Amino acid sequence: MADLTSNCGGIISPNPFWLASAPPANSGDQIKRAFDAGWGGAVWKTLGQPIQNVSSRFAATNYGGANAIGFNNIELITDRSLEKNFAEIADVKKHFPDHAVIVSLMVETKQEWKDIIRRSIDAGADGLELNFGCPHGMCERGMGSAVGQEPSVNTEITSWAKSFSSVPVLVKLTPNVGDILPHGFAAQRGGADGVSLINTIKSIIGVDIDNFVPNPRVGNMSTNGGYCGAAVKPIALHMTGQLGRDPGFNIPISGIGGVTNWRDAVEFMLLGASSVQVCTEVMLRGYRIVEDMIEGLNDYLDDKGFASVNEIIGKALPGYTEWGDLDLNYETVAKIDGESCIGCYKCVVACQDGAHQCITPAEDGGRVPVIDESECVGCNLCQIVCPVPDCISMVEVENGFARATWNDHINDGAVLRPKTGIHH
Amino acid sequence: MTRPAAQRSESVFTDFKHAYGKPQALAEANRCLYCEDAPCITACPTSINIPEFIRKIATDNVKGSARTIFEANILGMSCARVCPVETLCVGDCVYNHLDAPPIQIGKLQRYATDAAFDKGWSFFEAGPDTGKSIGLIGAGPASLAAAHELRRYGHACTIYEKREVVGGLNSTGVAPYKMKADRAVQEVEWILSIGGIDVQTGVQVGQDVRLEELETRHDAVFFGAGLGEDRYLGASGEDLTGVHGAVEWIEAMKLGEVDISGVSSAAVVGGGNTAIDAVRELLGLGIPQVTMIYRGGEAGMSGYQHEWSEAKREGALAAWGCQPTALEGDGAVERVCCDVLDADKQPIEGEQVVLSANLVLLAIGQGKLGNLLGGLDGIELQWGRIVTDEVGATGRPGWFAGGDAANGGKEVVNAAAEGKAAAHAIHIYLEARS
Repeated sequence: MADLTSNCGGIISPNPFWLASAPPANSGDQIKRAFDAGWGGAVWKTLGQPIQNVSSRFAATNYGGANAIGFNNIELITDRSLEKNFAEIADVKKHFPDHAVIVSLMVETKQEWKDIIRRSIDAGADGLELNFGCPHGMCERGMGSAVGQEPSVNTEITSWAKSFSSVPVLVKLTPNVGDILPHGFAAQRGGADGVSLINTIKSIIGVDIDNFVPNPRVGNMSTNGGYCGAAVKPIALHMTGQLGRDPGFNIPISGIGGVTNWRDAVEFMLLGASSVQVCTEVMLRGYRIVEDMIEGLNDYLDDKGFASVNEIIGKALPGYTEWGDLDLNYETVAKIDGESCIGCYKCVVACQDGAHQCITPAEDGGRVPVIDESECVGCNLCQIVCPVPDCISMVEVENGFARATWNDHINDGAVLRPKTGIHH
Repeated sequence: MTRPAAQRSESVFTDFKHAYGKPQALAEANRCLYCEDAPCITACPTSINIPEFIRKIATDNVKGSARTIFEANILGMSCARVCPVETLCVGDCVYNHLDAPPIQIGKLQRYATDAAFDKGWSFFEAGPDTGKSIGLIGAGPASLAAAHELRRYGHACTIYEKREVVGGLNSTGVAPYKMKADRAVQEVEWILSIGGIDVQTGVQVGQDVRLEELETRHDAVFFGAGLGEDRYLGASGEDLTGVHGAVEWIEAMKLGEVDISGVSSAAVVGGGNTAIDAVRELLGLGIPQVTMIYRGGEAGMSGYQHEWSEAKREGALAAWGCQPTALEGDGAVERVCCDVLDADKQPIEGEQVVLSANLVLLAIGQGKLGNLLGGLDGIELQWGRIVTDEVGATGRPGWFAGGDAANGGKEVVNAAAEGKAAAHAIHIYLEARS
């Protein structure tokens, strides 16, 4: 059994799986049930001046029969009194002293930050998370992503929080920026012990085509919300990797965004995350999903020979580079295993309409497609659409050309192999 | 046109394959791989673009889905229920090669086509009037498919039907746990709603109207009259009460009421699909002991194995390798005496079997109706079937045929395909002459 103990910026938890600051972490009762189920930490739903929420708050995007592959919400921060929240935080810490309770905060003035941080720490918070990410509602009031989008404000408020706090401070970043790096650095400059990312992405999840109003509908109007769920993982992974690989960025990352299972968690950690946070998948399936997350992570670490979960943090970052440093002379072609092919021709139509017209129907009366390897560009599309696992493999071609990147070619005149797929 | 009676023996049956609701339909539709040049399309005699209509169900474009189906096959509603999909589209679904359950194409097709009927959607308009007229013999699937397609070209159509009830075997022959007569008649009315198809029921071509007369009335004639009367064994006792041709008895059961009071055991002679249908229908009506009597063995029967498996599950018995030689009883049939046959279907000396049965249905085939046209120059017959080319043209100019009368007895979907193909051929024929 590998050691799953996680340390994210000084916040210790029995495993790296935290509930994100969101509806599943809204109350003490919920978080106690989550810890019972196995979650290692929880970021309490953001505290601030309690707000009034709208009715109808969530909407989802479905695809191909899968419900809610993407999710959005227009809910705001806690709508429960601060007194009640702090009493429950203290109660949770009394019952679960070894689990991490991180309190998410969002207020306006320096004095408000000072007060709410003191009260959080008095209640027993193991860490704080500054919510600089919420992209709906709160940002209209000058908080949330309105802060996260301004590096100087981010740095200033982070430095206030650090000066008031005796526990680690994480800064939760918004993805609603052109480049995540200045915002990560702003938090680092302010003294943050770590960053959490991503918060939700500004979005309109869909439109009610019968009533001519976007979703979710509040009466006959709607507003843009925050997009999350499985579909946002690629965006979150990119931003995690951007910060993770930057040599000047030296504080831990708590990865968020489309984490649905142990495999997703491993991917975030391989790109530099020290812990992961989950909201949407819990909203859709409940706290119980953590059993598979813990087990899957454990078995993965054991199978790969890692003694501690911390050993995989950033393990894939050396493999993440710029396009200009990719080897243009590396070449693969698709091969179809005729034995397992079921003859659906999905690869044929995908290659014909969506790629490079090198896969054609069988000519022998059978249904195993034919690949013109001299024209195959190795794009993977056929493999992606194939419904049979391992039926199509991308096989490396020994073309005799030495490694040459675009940068090598431009700078040093390195020789590139002939192009394929352009039907000379 | 006469509707089936309100009180019908077939009413006790419920659908063997349950209709999908929206949740099941969406789940199944989303499972479809949307194959390119899909094998299921090739397997369908009417070449319905199956992946496309299924995708439209998945996107909740049910109207478009129904349009795709009916564009290929105007009898898509009944075919969804009665097609032997296990041997056609579903049998060729690529999921079979994955040892995964194949897509339930019939159920999805029913989902879309039932919606069209329930919501009153119609998709087709008659073409501008061409002044041409086509006579169609028989109001079954072949003629209906042909007439509908001919109307889209703008040709006027008159259907001559000897029965009072329209729909052919869809109304009189389909197993009621697949489709009942009233639904089949409803389909006919839906097809006829394109307008311009005059249906004359109770008209026996050859008796009430002469063939030559049809030629003067119409610019072309389509023969889609199906098959003839049930064949009999030629054994003694076939005139006893309680002995019926299976097709005739099924028609009586579907259009009205059959009396099975006091029938404790029944026998069906034959090994084809009509025999299996009859066995399952007798069991479903509550007859406790139903035995199929077939000359050959289980593997050699011409009926579908998937249907026979269901019949066995429902309690069917079988007497394999048996040839009835005499039906016995005192006025009403009580026993079926059979020779036992060897592997070559030759009687084994001294071996007989006697089965008790007070209802016996003969499902050993039907006569062919080709002789109706036999007297016309140019019409060629082959064992009673009307010989046509691949698009339904006979050897006599202006005369076309399709469905069971030409193919010898196949599925509804074959009749629909042949009727539609013949309509195209008729249109081309008329164009060439004008």
